Amino acid sequence: MDRIAQAFQSRKNLLNMYFTAGYPGLHDTLPLAKALVAAGADILEIGMPFSDPLADGPVIQRSSAAALANGMNLPVLFGQLERLRAEVPETPVLLMGYLNPVLQFGMENFLRKAAAVGVDGLILPDLPLDEYEEQYHALFRQYGLKAVFLITPQTSEDRIRRLDSLSEAFLYLVSGPGTTGGTTLPDADAQQAYFERIESMNLKTPRLIGFGIADKAGFDRACGHAQGAIIGSALIRALQDADGDASGTAVRFVRGIKVDSYK
Amino acid sequence: MTSYQIPTARGYYGEFGGAFVPEMLYPNVEELRTRYLDILADPGFRAELQLLLRDYVGRPTPLFEARRLSARYGTRVFLKREDLCHTGAHKINNTVGQILLAQRLGKKRIIAETGAGQHGVATATVCALMGLPCVVYMGAVDIERQAPNVARMRLLGAEVRRAESGSQTLKDATNEAIRDWIANPVDTHYIIGSVVGPHPYPDLVARLQAVISEEMRAQLLEKTGSELPNYVVACVGGGSNAAGAFYHFLDEPTVRLVAVEAAGHGIHSGHSAATSVLGTPGIIHGSRTLLMQDEHGQITEPYSLSAGLDYPGIGPLHAHLGASGRAEFIGITDDEALAAVSELSRLEGIIPALETAHALAALGQLGTGPDDVVVVNLSGRGDKDLETYLKNLDKLI
Repeated sequence: MDRIAQAFQSRKNLLNMYFTAGYPGLHDTLPLAKALVAAGADILEIGMPFSDPLADGPVIQRSSAAALANGMNLPVLFGQLERLRAEVPETPVLLMGYLNPVLQFGMENFLRKAAAVGVDGLILPDLPLDEYEEQYHALFRQYGLKAVFLITPQTSEDRIRRLDSLSEAFLYLVSGPGTTGGTTLPDADAQQAYFERIESMNLKTPRLIGFGIADKAGFDRACGHAQGAIIGSALIRALQDADGDASGTAVRFVRGIKVDSYK
Repeated sequence: MTSYQIPTARGYYGEFGGAFVPEMLYPNVEELRTRYLDILADPGFRAELQLLLRDYVGRPTPLFEARRLSARYGTRVFLKREDLCHTGAHKINNTVGQILLAQRLGKKRIIAETGAGQHGVATATVCALMGLPCVVYMGAVDIERQAPNVARMRLLGAEVRRAESGSQTLKDATNEAIRDWIANPVDTHYIIGSVVGPHPYPDLVARLQAVISEEMRAQLLEKTGSELPNYVVACVGGGSNAAGAFYHFLDEPTVRLVAVEAAGHGIHSGHSAATSVLGTPGIIHGSRTLLMQDEHGQITEPYSLSAGLDYPGIGPLHAHLGASGRAEFIGITDDEALAAVSELSRLEGIIPALETAHALAALGQLGTGPDDVVVVNLSGRGDKDLETYLKNLDKLI
């Protein structure tokens, strides 16, 4: 069984922590990964910074710009990730990013490198589903990498069924309209109805909820409707004020979310 | 022969185009894709569009034979006077069409991006006309250098929001508009200003701008005895005025199509927006096209004195026209464009927009003869650029 399936089978209320590679410091990527897992993160989502992250709000835009200014790019990242499985042996790791840098690196080259360093899955939000199915699905399989697809409140039932049937990892439920790190609460009734609609569909694929989840209350609420949740911008905000102690900040952040596990 | 006009069902012109959008945008783009052709073909839509183009925009715009400019270049030069459109540029051809489309899609709110401000003004104008709220995203740098257009948008009732990320110009304004659309997926229509973005936008905007070349053909027949000129010349940032000026000549192989890009301080100076030369295939704003990027696929910042041409990509149609050899691309520097501003002002009494001046500056580089008929698309007037012109008076006189 692969690491992602194993995590969903053996754990409940999974916490998927997103952070931007090369932020706050170029060499913080692996220490942060290790610290997040040590503190209780169940899945890691490592952001590959891009100059024009369309689906991201200001917090991740800034961390991405800072990481690029620090010198992060795909060759550097894969160099760092050579020690990934020495530092983080069991935890599922996903790479998240936009298509253009991946295409410039070369899709097959990218998949080969990702598989070689022990990455389990990929989130490429602007890779169209048709192109994935026709051009890349076989390649993803060849390298044993799982694609994670997004679902939003506007995604049609037919399309959700198609995403569910194509999915080999988990479905990423976008909590409401907006980019990552939104601070305005979406309409609670509409959100409740959306989560319940998805729950009633009896999908084969497990689900994590993301976008706008910032604290323990948000995490607990998401866990009521899915197998867990994804947190990103809130950690990045904490790291902005880390003052040289990125790992310690990350540990404190995750412990604040998973405080029940420590009781 | 395959037509250059029509993209494939998935929006490809050759290897360029497509719709590379995150799932949050998929329903919006899909709604537009499944409905735009039917709406554009609907007789009621067409009648309303024709009426507005005539009585509100002021179409058809004249095709003016520029005799002193012709004498200067030893060739027969016609100017397609898009600068005489309401709001001072061709941009309103697209916004009038898209606001009618938005109404038929049941949208209640309009967003747009703008670089030089012309598309923002044209969008704010049609929103005022139809009583729809309008938010225009504009780079902080462009807000500074195009102050008159910012004032116009505000006077027209639009809210102008500053894009503070990246180079704070057109690319970043487009990013912010897209993020707004992600946050407002149901009630909002995004009126994109050029032949860029995910399918169906490049085709939609090209069809709405095609009125330019449709009129040119009829006017050329009347003035020269032939519908077909030897050359059509237009400037290209994203490429909407060029798409409109080329459209009905795309499948006429005797007509040479010349796309003029902003070379800034010089194509290889490191301060340029000449995407056809400096760009490589990649994805920007949901479209696979030529764009300026570094070796790691990070989009780089273009430069041009002109706020309407400093876009790091070009529309996928133009990328295909370049790759297939159907159009030729010429790069014009800031200084060459400024000289063309001065030349047209003094020879013909027309002060062109700085973007348009790039197309005019190409006249000396075409190798045309006395029997050639050259149409330059005079895409906009220079009012918005007066401050830039005043700062560069030494290069103008």
